[in-house]
Amino acid sequence: MANGVMTQTQYIPYLAQKGLKSWILTTDHKRIGILYLVTISFFFMIGGLTALGMRYELMTPELDFFRSTTEYNVAFTLHGSLMVFFFIVPGIAASFGNFLLPLMIGARDVAFPRINLLSFWIYLAGTAILLFALMQPADTGWTFYTPYSIQTGAKVIMITLGVFVLGFSSILTGMNFIVTIHKLRAPGMTWSRLPLFIWASYATAILQLLATPVVGITLLLLIAERAFDIGFFDPAKGGDPILFQNFFWFYSHPAVYIMIIPAFGIISEIIPVFARKPIFGYKAIAYSSFAIAIISFFVWMHHMFVSGISETAAAIFSFLTMLVAIPTAIKVFNWIATLYKGSIEFHSSMLYALSFIVLFTIGGLTGVYLGALAIDVHLHDTYFIVAHMHYVMIGGTVMGFFGGLHFWYQKWFGKVFNELTAKAAWFLVFVGFNVTFFPQFFMGFQGMPRRYATYPAEYISYHAISTYGSWILGLGILIMTVNLLLPLMKKSNYPKSSNPYGSLSLEWQVPSPPPHENFDKIPTVTDWTYSYGKNRSEANAKK
Amino acid sequence: MSTTAQHAESHAHGHGLGETVTHNAAKFGMWLFLGTEILLFGGLFAAYALFRAKYPDLFYESHKKLDISLGTINTIVLIFSSFTMAMAVSAAQKRNRKWLMILLGVTFICAAAFGVNKYFEYSAKFHHDIFPDTNIFFALYFMMTGLHMLHVFLGMGIILALIIMAKQGRFKEGNRYTPVEVGGLYWHLVDLIWIYLFPLLYLIG
Amino acid sequence: MSTHDHSEEHHTGLRVYGAVCLTLFVLTAVTVYITKFDFGDMNIVVAMIIASIKAGIVALYFMHLKFEDKLTWIYALYPLFLLFLLIGFTIIETFTRVPVIR
Repeated sequence: MANGVMTQTQYIPYLAQKGLKSWILTTDHKRIGILYLVTISFFFMIGGLTALGMRYELMTPELDFFRSTTEYNVAFTLHGSLMVFFFIVPGIAASFGNFLLPLMIGARDVAFPRINLLSFWIYLAGTAILLFALMQPADTGWTFYTPYSIQTGAKVIMITLGVFVLGFSSILTGMNFIVTIHKLRAPGMTWSRLPLFIWASYATAILQLLATPVVGITLLLLIAERAFDIGFFDPAKGGDPILFQNFFWFYSHPAVYIMIIPAFGIISEIIPVFARKPIFGYKAIAYSSFAIAIISFFVWMHHMFVSGISETAAAIFSFLTMLVAIPTAIKVFNWIATLYKGSIEFHSSMLYALSFIVLFTIGGLTGVYLGALAIDVHLHDTYFIVAHMHYVMIGGTVMGFFGGLHFWYQKWFGKVFNELTAKAAWFLVFVGFNVTFFPQFFMGFQGMPRRYATYPAEYISYHAISTYGSWILGLGILIMTVNLLLPLMKKSNYPKSSNPYGSLSLEWQVPSPPPHENFDKIPTVTDWTYSYGKNRSEANAKK
Repeated sequence: MSTTAQHAESHAHGHGLGETVTHNAAKFGMWLFLGTEILLFGGLFAAYALFRAKYPDLFYESHKKLDISLGTINTIVLIFSSFTMAMAVSAAQKRNRKWLMILLGVTFICAAAFGVNKYFEYSAKFHHDIFPDTNIFFALYFMMTGLHMLHVFLGMGIILALIIMAKQGRFKEGNRYTPVEVGGLYWHLVDLIWIYLFPLLYLIG
Repeated sequence: MSTHDHSEEHHTGLRVYGAVCLTLFVLTAVTVYITKFDFGDMNIVVAMIIASIKAGIVALYFMHLKFEDKLTWIYALYPLFLLFLLIGFTIIETFTRVPVIR
């Protein structure tokens, strides 16, 4: 393929330019992608360390690792805030999205490169404000529920301001991606040829764009509540604390899909390549991303079933919540159908993709339990929720993130990692994750509440297993990180081919790492992205 | 996927985007951003709907303390500024630099007048011991008009930047007037939101 | 590509904009004037209908929505739909609460 592509020798890779200024003032979407990748990975590590601390505390029923229960509350607030606002919400969408989006649709950059850089700097400013605020311990949890968030001595104004600023960055990124996908597709890159990662990014961008402003105003109101005592959320002044939760979840439920949909996109890219089959049900997967993006706005009150909302609303929302499971299940069925009779190659990224399917299915199905009103009342605020959420977020998003990292590593950095070590790290991550979180389903079902530093002795075995699991998981991630960092420091480990997995997608048709302007000439697309299998010999012949 | 090389007409233009593409992309991007603005105010509209349904009498009694004539004048001023902004875009399309600057200038003055008017309104309220924590109605009043005022200030900044750009001759023959059109869209939204705020806050029947 | 050669440019002039501006003034006067009459619960509905007509005119003419493609229309209207969703469900939830009797 690829007349529009330069040969390895005659181009300047986008990583060539050195120096701090070439990074902090870059408008190159690939470099901005790296800036995001590095920043979010850093916060992921810190968030992970606080989680290890919490697990260590929970090994025994008494308080031993932390000095006080407040300190434990501070730890889970830090863990939740870092993981949600710094890592998982901007996570895949901003890092992989930025790097891949223009490459995949055959454009030189996003529609507004300078706004793209601005949005990264706004993101950094937001993290700076938030981190500064969190230096004074905060104990509100990441949800800032009123009335506690109005009464606590923590710097809630600063924290919410930080989140507000982060939201602004999210909005700009979403806006940029939607415009890019609509206006900058290469000739011939029709909607029915678009890679599924792009469909997923588009659905995510809609949510980033249209859900985020609602949390923006909510946090502004919370700030005003503390600063001017306006009383919107204060029953004593005629306000309504549940209004805060309504507003908060109107954003934060769609935000859950901001976290997971990009991972769906990554999985949809990895599976057909390593199953050597055209993706099954392309349109179903593409449209289901949209269905999720739309339905996710109809389900927010299922987070509030025990908050004292009306039973009528709870019943309506319990029903609507079941709807969102349908498009999600459609995706899983289609991935499995893609694997069926494929000639599967177990590359490390494929291992993460397969674990995604298994773990996300568990996370998703337990979510259906929780969507059922009566069961939710029993399981609410127990470890069952914690386990469900981590099966979706780690089992889903983080597995997708790791999978994508291993899949596009060569393209990002023009280096090769040790595949055997990567597989070993995957094994530890997969086992460690399950050992950590599977017991939490049981203890949650038996009534262990979340967010407590101490607990009755009867739960000790579950908690101990869970803590051991967290060590295995931590070790796995450590090995993976080292394995991915080492090649970057060496002057060897260059890839043999720019398209080692025989992918048909556009980003693999340019050299690794890609040239500064991506394409010498903008290519014209004449075929579907997933024509593996039947046309394989043809595709290979052209390579 | 087989691809053939295509001679991109855009290659000569620096970053490689055609001018029509840039223009349409900028406009579309602004429309998307305006959608987020609507939802940002949306939280306040939702709170308004909820509390007005809950406390109709409080809303009715409190709104009497607002000055309808000041509100009406501000509405007229803002609509007129929207008109001059639309005319400014039209002047930019015709590359009429003189009229572009005059019309942008008038728009800026209208925006400033709106701000001055609002300043007097706020000080009158403070003078009568009415603050955001007086009751839910005034909390909404100050939050809604305050957030709107913030957008007016931002809009003034944008208009000022456009005037400076026009002065530098950025919108002359052969150059794009995209910034004028996009800035205009933003300013019209400020007007649009006020069109709702006015009857909601000042005209509770 | 010549600078003038773009289909999206619409030379709407003083006549249309002037008429739009006058209409908006008249509608403002109407909405102020009718507060003298009491339509009961319909007060807010009438006020919102007039406001929406005004907003529609601003969007269609001043903001050129009339000349925009389907895509822009979708993204202009979808946020409004979400806004109604937010208001609607919040209202439904709040006013269907059954007081707990102890």
